[in-house]
Amino acid sequence: MTAILENTAPEKPKSITSGLDPRFKPRLYEHVGVPNSWTLEYALKNGAYEGAKKALAGTPEQVQDEAKKSGLRGRGGAGFPTGVKWSFMPKEDSKPHYLVCNADESEPGTYKDRYLMEHDPHQLIEGMLVGMHAIRANVGYIYIRGEYILAAERLERAILDARAAGLLGDNAMGFGKSMQVFVHRGAGAYICGEETALMNSLEGLRANPRLKPPFPAQAGIFGMPTTVNNVVSIASGALIMRHGSDWFASMGTEKSKGNFLFHISGPVKRPGVYELPLGTTYREIIYTWGGGPTEVIKAFNPGGSSTPMLPFTDEILDMQADYENCAAKGTFLGTGGIILIPKNCDIVNMMYNYVRFYAHESCGKCTPCREGIGTWMVRLMQKLISGRGDPNDVKILEDLFGNIKGKAFCLLADSCIMPVQSAYNLFKEEFEYIAQNGKPMYSGYANRWNVE
Amino acid sequence: MSFFANKQNLVSDILRRYPTDRKRSAVMPLLREVQNAEGYVSDERIAEIAGIIESTATEVMSVMSFYSTYSSIPTGKYHLQVCMTLSCALAGSDQLWDYLQDKLEISQGEVTSDGLFSLQRVECLGSCGTAPLMQISDAGYAECLTKKRTDALLEELKRRGDGSIPANDTPTPVFVKHIDGRVVQVTSDGQIAGGNA
Ligand SMILES: Cc1cc2nc3c(=O)[nH]c(=O)nc-3n(C[C@H](O)[C@H](O)[C@H](O)COP(=O)(O)O)c2cc1C
Ligand code: SF4
Ligand code: FES
Repeated sequence: MTAILENTAPEKPKSITSGLDPRFKPRLYEHVGVPNSWTLEYALKNGAYEGAKKALAGTPEQVQDEAKKSGLRGRGGAGFPTGVKWSFMPKEDSKPHYLVCNADESEPGTYKDRYLMEHDPHQLIEGMLVGMHAIRANVGYIYIRGEYILAAERLERAILDARAAGLLGDNAMGFGKSMQVFVHRGAGAYICGEETALMNSLEGLRANPRLKPPFPAQAGIFGMPTTVNNVVSIASGALIMRHGSDWFASMGTEKSKGNFLFHISGPVKRPGVYELPLGTTYREIIYTWGGGPTEVIKAFNPGGSSTPMLPFTDEILDMQADYENCAAKGTFLGTGGIILIPKNCDIVNMMYNYVRFYAHESCGKCTPCREGIGTWMVRLMQKLISGRGDPNDVKILEDLFGNIKGKAFCLLADSCIMPVQSAYNLFKEEFEYIAQNGKPMYSGYANRWNVE
Repeated sequence: MSFFANKQNLVSDILRRYPTDRKRSAVMPLLREVQNAEGYVSDERIAEIAGIIESTATEVMSVMSFYSTYSSIPTGKYHLQVCMTLSCALAGSDQLWDYLQDKLEISQGEVTSDGLFSLQRVECLGSCGTAPLMQISDAGYAECLTKKRTDALLEELKRRGDGSIPANDTPTPVFVKHIDGRVVQVTSDGQIAGGNA
């Protein structure tokens, strides 16, 4: 083995695509769970704000280039390259620019941003400084979902401490620029995670999505150039400035670089967040880290409830989790929030749970979503699970998919149809069974609460 | 009686976060202050907030009705908001909900006769790894709610009765630790995940 290695010509070290690779070190969650990790004192002892210092010493373009070189793609779900997004902001204008951190985290199955903000708020604030510098902003808002009480408190506290230490404020870190960060707490609405709805919410309006164009980089909050980035995208910006774009790009597959926060919920031995390189197989994520399922699984949503389900097969489990492989299977890497779907639960009941969620969260602005999901989908699914269905309902369901998908004002409606349709395609026999027999094929949904 | 009259520092701290000609942005933080202090937002308070942000009561009401957090009717001292979305449902949230209804003898939107508890079904609380769970007013989460833990929690809340809640005793699922110079991932049960570390 050694002989073979010695004889081969030196080549680029192999990319890190497993959490078991001894070269891999968790960084985003490096301090999560450590006592007092949220204090400024702890953060400074562990290298916080060094990335921001490097960023602020250079030009915005240099920060954008470093982000582009790293290969970082948006961690909010869509995977758009962060450095490229930053470069869309105007270069020479006299308008104020804004960076908005999307910490609305309301996609079912998703809970990665929360612990990062609770345990390492300074990492996020450092990332805000980096991102604000990259887009020439003096003010940044962290839009955090209202339910994240502890995270909001820790962030507020961290901002006060950073301001007192001169890391934020009129002369942030001594670079002669004013840099302010504020927390804005949401109030229980999934649609606020959609970036244009979020901007309306921040302006004190009802959170209906806005028509694009104009794009946020042209006219965002208060009509000013704005960039919206997810919590982990922004925190990754700080890490990339600290450890270099080469470090980031040493992990992952060809077009999906870096460390990523996978997390698992549903019937699994160790539900939790696992920081792993992109390109880790789903088998490693679910079995090696998550400890494996606690019951027979038939499918899973790879990255939040909105991402179409994948069947729980050897082929899929051995797939490397990245943007391209998921796309090739008709789904998305999404937020990395894996939801395991147990076999002994009726798929129609589980999908009714999703439909009810999206119906509740529909903002009501457009008809395909408000009526299509809010009324028609809900009623049809209710009819099926209450045993009043008939074989024709399955046809109607198919029609509804076609009439809603791609026809609504924003992506919320598609986010509902996609997983339900994927479940229908995978488990059509269960839909037909309940429509025909008035009872579900599997009955394990009812009794799942633990006593002890 | 005015709510904000003797809280001018708070009001100016909130307004300071937004451009001076964009006072309207303060509507959500102001609504939250009232909701947290009084358990709901009355018409009187709505008018007061409209005055601060230089808007109308109708506008404030229209924003308020959009979001599920704000309530226009009084809630209990402990407003229990139970997550009903799939990961929680797969951990028994439907039964947890039924149990709470039976035990407290109230249903969605009602308040117990002693004013202590109210119940609301909510959607994913962003903590699917510690399902099933609930949010208690604006005080925090109670997670991994088995039947036994739910009973203990209700007893503790009754004992306190002042709106405060016990410290969250649910460990963060999975954290990262340095062991022998190596960074490894550790699970909530204290075991090193991934086996061979
Ligand atoms: C209905 C809906 C909900 C969304 N919720 C979130 C969210 O909670 N957090 C988030 O970061 N992005 C969310 N997004 C995506 C954002 O619109 C936006 O693309 C993202 O914040 C951009 O950040 P990124 O480039 O760093 O990924 C949502 C999108 C839609 C359509
Ligand atoms: S698709 Fe739904 S959430 Fe989006 S604008 Fe239309 S009604 Fe609102
Ligand atoms: S499903 Fe209950 S917290 Fe996410």
